Amino acid sequence: MSIELKHIHYVYSAGTAYEKHALDDINLTINDGEFIGIVGHTGSGKSTLIQHMNGLIKASGGELLYDGENIYAKDFSMKELRNRVGLVFQYPEHQLFEATVFEDVCFGPKNQGLSDEEVKARASAALQSVGLSEKYYEQSPFELSGGQKRRVAIAGVLAMEPKMLILDEPTAGLDPKGRDEILDQIQKLHRERGLTIILVSHSMEDVANYVERLIVMDKGSVKYDGTPREVFAHARELEQIGLAAPQVTYLLAQLAEEGFAVDSTAITVEEAKQSILAALHGQNRSEGTTI
Amino acid sequence: MIRDITLGQYYPAGSILHKLDPRVKLLGTMIFLIAVFSYRGIPGLVCITVCLAALIKLSKVPFSYMVKGLRAIVVLLALTCVFNLFLTPGEVVFSFWKVTITKEGINLSFRMVLRLIYLILGTSLMTLTTTPNQLTDGLEQGLKPLNRIHIPVHELAMMMSIALRFIPILIEETDKIMKAQTARGANFDEGGLIQKAKSMVPLLVPLFISAFRRANDLALAMEARCYHGGEGRTKLHPLRYQTRDYVAYVLMLVFLAGVVALRFFSS
Repeated sequence: MSIELKHIHYVYSAGTAYEKHALDDINLTINDGEFIGIVGHTGSGKSTLIQHMNGLIKASGGELLYDGENIYAKDFSMKELRNRVGLVFQYPEHQLFEATVFEDVCFGPKNQGLSDEEVKARASAALQSVGLSEKYYEQSPFELSGGQKRRVAIAGVLAMEPKMLILDEPTAGLDPKGRDEILDQIQKLHRERGLTIILVSHSMEDVANYVERLIVMDKGSVKYDGTPREVFAHARELEQIGLAAPQVTYLLAQLAEEGFAVDSTAITVEEAKQSILAALHGQNRSEGTTI
Repeated sequence: MIRDITLGQYYPAGSILHKLDPRVKLLGTMIFLIAVFSYRGIPGLVCITVCLAALIKLSKVPFSYMVKGLRAIVVLLALTCVFNLFLTPGEVVFSFWKVTITKEGINLSFRMVLRLIYLILGTSLMTLTTTPNQLTDGLEQGLKPLNRIHIPVHELAMMMSIALRFIPILIEETDKIMKAQTARGANFDEGGLIQKAKSMVPLLVPLFISAFRRANDLALAMEARCYHGGEGRTKLHPLRYQTRDYVAYVLMLVFLAGVVALRFFSS
């Protein structure tokens, strides 16, 4: 399945003193099986954009095609769209409401009108795939830690078995361990089940480590769209719109300036390590030959 | 969707009315309400209408924006109109089966509907040109004398401003939770009454939890900054009367005197 956005515009509170253009002529195609990162400064329109993708916000202009079908057409079933495109909001643990973890995860599949067994099967599968052990199932979600609550909330969306999963800053406010666990699990879902993933993030390190395609939003329009490597080559321009390249990229740029033969386009710590090691070996060898 | 509540929301426009001292506007609104409910006869009505129109013009708030606020009371207006029209005894103008319309009825329903409209326009004119903070500041300052009879004016004003501040936050939160649950397949508008009430649970539970969490955070933040109530507390922007405020007071008194005088002349 693919989603195609054509000339999407969105205006908040049109016709009042608070009028604000949140999105301005967005053209994007999201293909099946992609792992996409969306970055942008606060207020750049990221959250508004992703809410268009499962029809929670209706565009003021333009069209959105889901597998070639216009979702704003009269006979299009929004419910069907929301079953296919799962959206995990920022701080999703704030939406928990049931008495137990298990029941809360059942909420989504129950709304899909599935049978009781099917609902339960999906709920336990979803809880397993976010790595929450069975001893928590009958606890109140409000007794869990922040990271666990968030995993319950993500499981609540996963239980609906969407084909595409959109996550709005899933790691905000988590400690490094919780962050890595959640991102690893998201990556696993992408690799093992072929889920299309869209990850909205503030952390350049996170997107550099995980995504295959990176979209940069600025003031309601798409500024860059390419592989993380391509996008982070524009470090200077990114800084001008309140973003940055990953820290290791800066480190390598500095090393390159000092005369080391390193690859200054590396964006992850692992790549940087390889590049620095290679450069050091190369240097040793060249020194060795001169002696 | 929920963003579109216009009744009494601040509208930034920077007019002379926006700059007036909130105490002036509070008293002015009260005088206007007294005038609306005490005028008699056409001259009084004309006087009030002209004043209201002038104030709306001065406020730079689009008239269409104000009228949107009236939509909330359409039902009330219709009921008032119907009851007064059919149930007032007097000189019969029109009669059919059990329905009679009297001259007094027409007169009264016209006056009542107009009064209600003016009431809403007048009060929303104040809230449209005054931020909630200014409003509570004005109330606190204006009611200060009540402190002497041990009414905790500052605390009441603080509670009011916190309550007002929380309205948009909670509206936003409701919107967010509604969207999150809709994304999980919740449906808030379908089904019968019981179904609808049940569908509110996924919305209300998170909303209450978030309200308590926010209240708790706010209390902590206030204590961390040594908040201890009104005694000895000074203000960042103390209210001070300017020349324009005194002018406004004089004009208001002239207006009230005028309406009262017209009342005696017309009777």
